[in-house]
Amino acid sequence: MPLALLKYGFGPRRAPPRALPPRPELKPGYDVVIIGAGGHGVATAYYLARDFGITNVAVLDKGYLGGGNTARNTAIIRSNYLTPEGVRFYEESVALYRNLSGELTFNVMYSERGHLTLAHTDAALRTSRWRAEVNKHLGVDSELIFPDDIHRLAPTLNLSRAVRYPILGALYHPPGAIARHDAVAWGYALGAIRHGVELHQKTEVTGITRANGRAVGVETTRGPVACGKVVQAVAGASTLLADMAGFRLPIHTVPLQACVSQPLKPFLDPIIVSGSLHVYVSQGARGELVMGGATDPYGVYANRSTLEFKEGLMAHMLELFPFLAEVKLLRQWAGMADMTPDFSPIMGATPVADYYIDAGWGTWGFKATPVCGKRMAETVATGRVPDILAPFRLSRFAEFHQVGERGAASVGH
Amino acid sequence: MKIMLCPLNGPRNISEFVYGGEVVLPPDPNRCADAAWADYVFMRDNKAGVVREWWLHSATAYWFIAERDTVSDRILRTYPPNEIFRERVDFSRPDDGR
Repeated sequence: MPLALLKYGFGPRRAPPRALPPRPELKPGYDVVIIGAGGHGVATAYYLARDFGITNVAVLDKGYLGGGNTARNTAIIRSNYLTPEGVRFYEESVALYRNLSGELTFNVMYSERGHLTLAHTDAALRTSRWRAEVNKHLGVDSELIFPDDIHRLAPTLNLSRAVRYPILGALYHPPGAIARHDAVAWGYALGAIRHGVELHQKTEVTGITRANGRAVGVETTRGPVACGKVVQAVAGASTLLADMAGFRLPIHTVPLQACVSQPLKPFLDPIIVSGSLHVYVSQGARGELVMGGATDPYGVYANRSTLEFKEGLMAHMLELFPFLAEVKLLRQWAGMADMTPDFSPIMGATPVADYYIDAGWGTWGFKATPVCGKRMAETVATGRVPDILAPFRLSRFAEFHQVGERGAASVGH
Repeated sequence: MKIMLCPLNGPRNISEFVYGGEVVLPPDPNRCADAAWADYVFMRDNKAGVVREWWLHSATAYWFIAERDTVSDRILRTYPPNEIFRERVDFSRPDDGR
């Protein structure tokens, strides 16, 4: 064996297998152009091709596949939301995620851990009970548990009463999971490409061509492209693109910072979230603690990181896990969160005909990747918004009909 | 640590300030259409570039206006609101003049 390995090592140089085909030339026109090759964009392309046979599709991105906010989240998947509309929507996503590795023949490392939303105040306990009842009513596994059960699930969690915010209870959601976010984007992209979809990386959209109130094409840095329909799926730049298409959005773009610790032996099975302490943490497959917190206090279009954020997050982490005081941070980053007034996304039709939007994904976008791809594809292919997406229409704001999910956002923002 | 220049209190740590939203003149709530009101309440310019915003120095409860570049994260200028708002905004009901 070692000899064979040596021979292989000194043998002829082999080029690494190419996962993605080389970037094709842009055709003059497509049936559907999807702007943004993140998880949502490529998933939409995949389901357009698989379920509706629409394969004359181009996915354009100014950067690279899954290089935006798909790669900048903390990869938590759950459906324990507050409104029936939200629970139904995210539950379909969890169901799709469970079979995703097999469906795409690409391991997305879906790992079901259980999800604990800690309650440190009476108000938080009340919201937890409310969420548990809404969840159970819709067949989602959630229940309110108390410190003895929390201790059984997370024995290393500090349940002392002698802290600033003692833990009174938690909303326990057993299906809560994590997955490999890059793999989700790559799996969907490869699946879409197998069906004939074209992926154009480093192709920035610079304008939307409109005629008679319809979108008829896009201007790109590689020339103009005509198309039947356009889908925008550009988390973090939604307002900028909608500006080009000529309509306004109720979005405020704010950085959301996150970081990972050095790798540790597995000690934390469930995902722990604390709204009062502005912390969420899970231990990934590599043993790193993946940690995030509240969004930044003001809007910036830059992926910069700040020391204040880390100081605050670490102080709160140490209240939950005091024994981590000597552990070092390994990496840090920031993503752009498109926050909406009601903490729900915006999907479906826009004031511009044939121009569809998938935006407002604030801090809840990764978990919705499969359902959003599937249902946005249905919307684009049939021209009708399915019932499951209808509550999230852009026009809900003008109708004063919001879907208030602030109480189920992972931490207070 | 990022420093912001408060027009009342001078340079202070950014953590003493609270972001208060874009400077937008509200339409007259008694006369405008629902759509115009919804636009005012919910829609945002959310510009990448130089913006004009309300900020609050929370320690002294002092509201002022800041011009800021949202791409470079630089604060360009801060000033008291009376540079823009020279007259009292009248919110009286249409039938108040009886």
